[in-house]
Amino acid sequence: MSEIQAEVKKICQTCGNDRAKMMDIVRAVQQKFGQVSSEAMNLIAKCVGCHRVEVESVVSFYAFLSKKPKGKVVIRLCNDVVDKMAGVDAIAEAFKKELGIDFGRTTPDGKISLEYTPCIGMCDQAPAAIINDEVITYLSTDKVKEIVADIKKHYDPSKLKHRLGDGNNADELVHSCVHNGLRKKGQVIFADYKSEAGLKNALAVSPVEVINVVKTARLRGRGGAGFPTGIKWQFTRAAAGEKKYILCNGDEGEPGTFKDRVILTERADMLFEGMTIAGYAIGAENGILYLRGEYNYLRKLLEKILQNRRDKNLLGKNILGKQGFNFDITIQVGAGAYICGEETALISSCEGLRGDPKTRPPFPAQKGYLECPTAVNNVETLCCVTRILEMGAAWFAESGSKGSPGTKLLSVSGDCKLPGVYELPFGVKVKDLLKDVGAQDAQAVLIGGPSGQIIGQNDYNRTICYDDLATGGAVVVFGPERNMIDIAAQYMEFFVEESCGYCTPCRVGNVLLKKYLDKILAGKGEPEDLDILQKLGESIKLTSRCGMGQTSPNPVLTTLKNFRKNYESKVKKVSDGMQPTFDIRAALADGEAIAKRKSVIFTK
Amino acid sequence: MSDQITFTIDGVSIKGKPGQTILQAADEAGIYIPRLCYHPELAPHGSCRVCTVLVNGKPQAACTQPISEGMTVENDTPELKEHRCNIIDMLFIEGNHFCMFCEKSGNCELQAVAYRLGILAPKFSYLFPKKDVDATHPDIFLDLNRCILCGRCVEASKNVDGKGAFEFVGRSIEKKIAVNAEANLKDTNLAVTDKAADVCPVGTINKKRTAFAVPIGKRLYDKKPIGSEIEERKK
Amino acid sequence: MAKPKIATTSLAGCFGCHMSLLDIDERILKLIELVDFDKSPVDDIKEFTGRCAVGLIEGGCANEDNVHVLQEFRKHCDILVAVGDCAIMGDIPAMRNNIPLKECLDEAYLNGPSTYNPEKIIPNDKELPLCLNRVYPCHEVVKIDYSLPGCPPNADILWQALVALLTNKPLELPYELIKYD
Repeated sequence: MSEIQAEVKKICQTCGNDRAKMMDIVRAVQQKFGQVSSEAMNLIAKCVGCHRVEVESVVSFYAFLSKKPKGKVVIRLCNDVVDKMAGVDAIAEAFKKELGIDFGRTTPDGKISLEYTPCIGMCDQAPAAIINDEVITYLSTDKVKEIVADIKKHYDPSKLKHRLGDGNNADELVHSCVHNGLRKKGQVIFADYKSEAGLKNALAVSPVEVINVVKTARLRGRGGAGFPTGIKWQFTRAAAGEKKYILCNGDEGEPGTFKDRVILTERADMLFEGMTIAGYAIGAENGILYLRGEYNYLRKLLEKILQNRRDKNLLGKNILGKQGFNFDITIQVGAGAYICGEETALISSCEGLRGDPKTRPPFPAQKGYLECPTAVNNVETLCCVTRILEMGAAWFAESGSKGSPGTKLLSVSGDCKLPGVYELPFGVKVKDLLKDVGAQDAQAVLIGGPSGQIIGQNDYNRTICYDDLATGGAVVVFGPERNMIDIAAQYMEFFVEESCGYCTPCRVGNVLLKKYLDKILAGKGEPEDLDILQKLGESIKLTSRCGMGQTSPNPVLTTLKNFRKNYESKVKKVSDGMQPTFDIRAALADGEAIAKRKSVIFTK
Repeated sequence: MSDQITFTIDGVSIKGKPGQTILQAADEAGIYIPRLCYHPELAPHGSCRVCTVLVNGKPQAACTQPISEGMTVENDTPELKEHRCNIIDMLFIEGNHFCMFCEKSGNCELQAVAYRLGILAPKFSYLFPKKDVDATHPDIFLDLNRCILCGRCVEASKNVDGKGAFEFVGRSIEKKIAVNAEANLKDTNLAVTDKAADVCPVGTINKKRTAFAVPIGKRLYDKKPIGSEIEERKK
Repeated sequence: MAKPKIATTSLAGCFGCHMSLLDIDERILKLIELVDFDKSPVDDIKEFTGRCAVGLIEGGCANEDNVHVLQEFRKHCDILVAVGDCAIMGDIPAMRNNIPLKECLDEAYLNGPSTYNPEKIIPNDKELPLCLNRVYPCHEVVKIDYSLPGCPPNADILWQALVALLTNKPLELPYELIKYD
């Protein structure tokens, strides 16, 4: 048996030859061989009993997996909008120069690959990169030189020398230079709390009473959509099915969002306590934390915390003496796909499939993970649950604003003096937030990431809450110098890349939106292009299959609305009937070069 | 529970059965809702989005949305027609649809829906992507230039033929159909008698030696628009 | 009152659309009553003699001369109609659009299975217009007012469209006339 046969077989065996563990299998194969080769696909298919093309289907979906060989070291430089504002282009040039290769390439010795990656949740310490699992923040051109020189000594990113971040970032299991950037602690997530008091209170009453407490607290999902958590649990509990699951959505991929990273670093116990309470409430014995691949550097810490909880009987059988309440949590690591933050895509991914969203109905509460009733909750939501059960529904319901009780973690980055995580009561005015973060001169603010809204100064009196400016937590500030059409185009490029491709409007429509924005940015836009953008955006919103497509035109539609003048000043009416986008020189370049003569018709 | 569900489509009262989707109930009632990826013998895929209707004002795919008592469905409105035309235009420009020599022309559902919607030319520029053609199989050839990613072949091969000869690979605009083999269709166990070889709405999956059997003028959609057969059911 | 003028041309096309225009049969006599032909292969007028009401374009732009002619048509015609699939989407000539020009020329003149070219010459007389890097549908080069699909468009659709445009009536085409093949 060849090495690859033996290794793949071993990996599959470790995963119980279970088709549903496909993500773990292909991740492990990728890590071991730097690729999931055609041969490996055949072997995996044989071991788990599926078709080869199903393995290829998964591998080809996720950015961190590849059929073609990658270097032992893969440098993924984050090219999010905020990183670009922080000068990532110079960093990119430095990497290219030091490695002697372009992006998307591997060094001739096959050891180092260089790639771009979208937002990795480090916007407040941009520019940043992930090197295998190591996150390196605050990159400078000098630092790039050091990193490349260092890597070339050992080709082991875990040996990279760097300072250590604060809190658990310095824990030996994390050993990361990431810092928490926690600027403001509120009274829910980052306040001092009595750990396990919530769980004990929950176990003292019936599951239905737990759900009632959460309902009375009027807790709504913190991921952005704001669905009432208690009602979601009620549906899941009531759904027919022997096995039920609680899934925690730790796939924080919305560009500009990084608040869950801080929770996972500093409040993992609170999160797991919340998941346990949720498991009790809906009648689940299993919970899965879906951790985005970019946060894999936190995995060992999280596994240790889970083990501690098992040791203390906070997980496992008859938890805290509650007869019949058995619950445990596993971690599913993703592999680079924004769409997996969509709850049904997240379920698909946990099942070992491509991260395609599922058809609704049935909803996850009826048929979710492995066709079982499933509740999917955001990291922050589950932390709120812990506090609600500790302090009582009334305590929570009285804070925040009327329709939006509690606090909200906001991840603030971009053109501001104090980027970082702020825990603020719901109902905070944008104006006041900008003052806190040192960005009073902001031209525009992105609330809720690119799938949210880009607002201008006229809207700074509006408040952050479910009834006005809803957000999963991303706040990106744009100073007076930024070109908002360019910003919108960059966000559209993100959606183009991250569309799962399932439905037509999201797969094709976003490509078209980007093309029209590029046309305008190139100075070739016409007034009717603005109408086309508007109508196309509306079609994509209305007809797309999941939340991603339904919100992906927002960077265009909200800038068209709030920064109309920027667009109008960039477009001009064409009166000669010619297409401004047609470039005769570009069209003739090849022909002239091959014929070795210049056009006599088009001399200019 | 009643065995009949009453709802309206464009103000017309319809009676359907529990468990039916809007599209199924509309088809039975003789109301045509434009669609592409849907196939009556396969589980709905809900990917093309052409059948998007407004249910109580909210957009839903008619092929996946179950009917419920008293729901109001809007189908034949100028706004929805515009959205549908945009989607059809997108499907044309993302592929390479050379109708004039396509074996499926005249019987192609993409073409037929475009005809029915009165589309003379897409309003967006063509992307001219590079796509593969696979003619290795003795009886079937695959032309991905024409694929609209409806998923019918994937579903039919997996759940009707029990073979899994096709699957989606890649994502975003690069998403495509792949075959269950290292490279070629000939290395799969797809047979010309399979359901999967029969369900393609466009000219992607073709049976060799069967093309151009029907003369122009007598093909499926030459004279009567797609959906006429459904509308003829209306009493 | 002088009759309105129409002009026609075939760019990277096969003249099939022009043949279809002739297929209007005896209606061609009515057409002559309605219009005068300006620049067109029908009357072999090479250069525009004046302003035209309607320009009919067959074929897309595969070379620089196609672009030049199309731009001239745009300058001289009030209404420009893309006639046939080549004008609308490039069609068969556009099958080369995702293959680099050099490869296309090599395949056509040097490596093709039926090629006999012992001197290995790729035609390059200075009279030959230069090839474009790909074939451009007409609407990518100039503004197009109407598109009439088909390969070729049926004579009836051409007739109905022309009459409607020349008599300022809305272009309403029956189902059977809209065909892409």
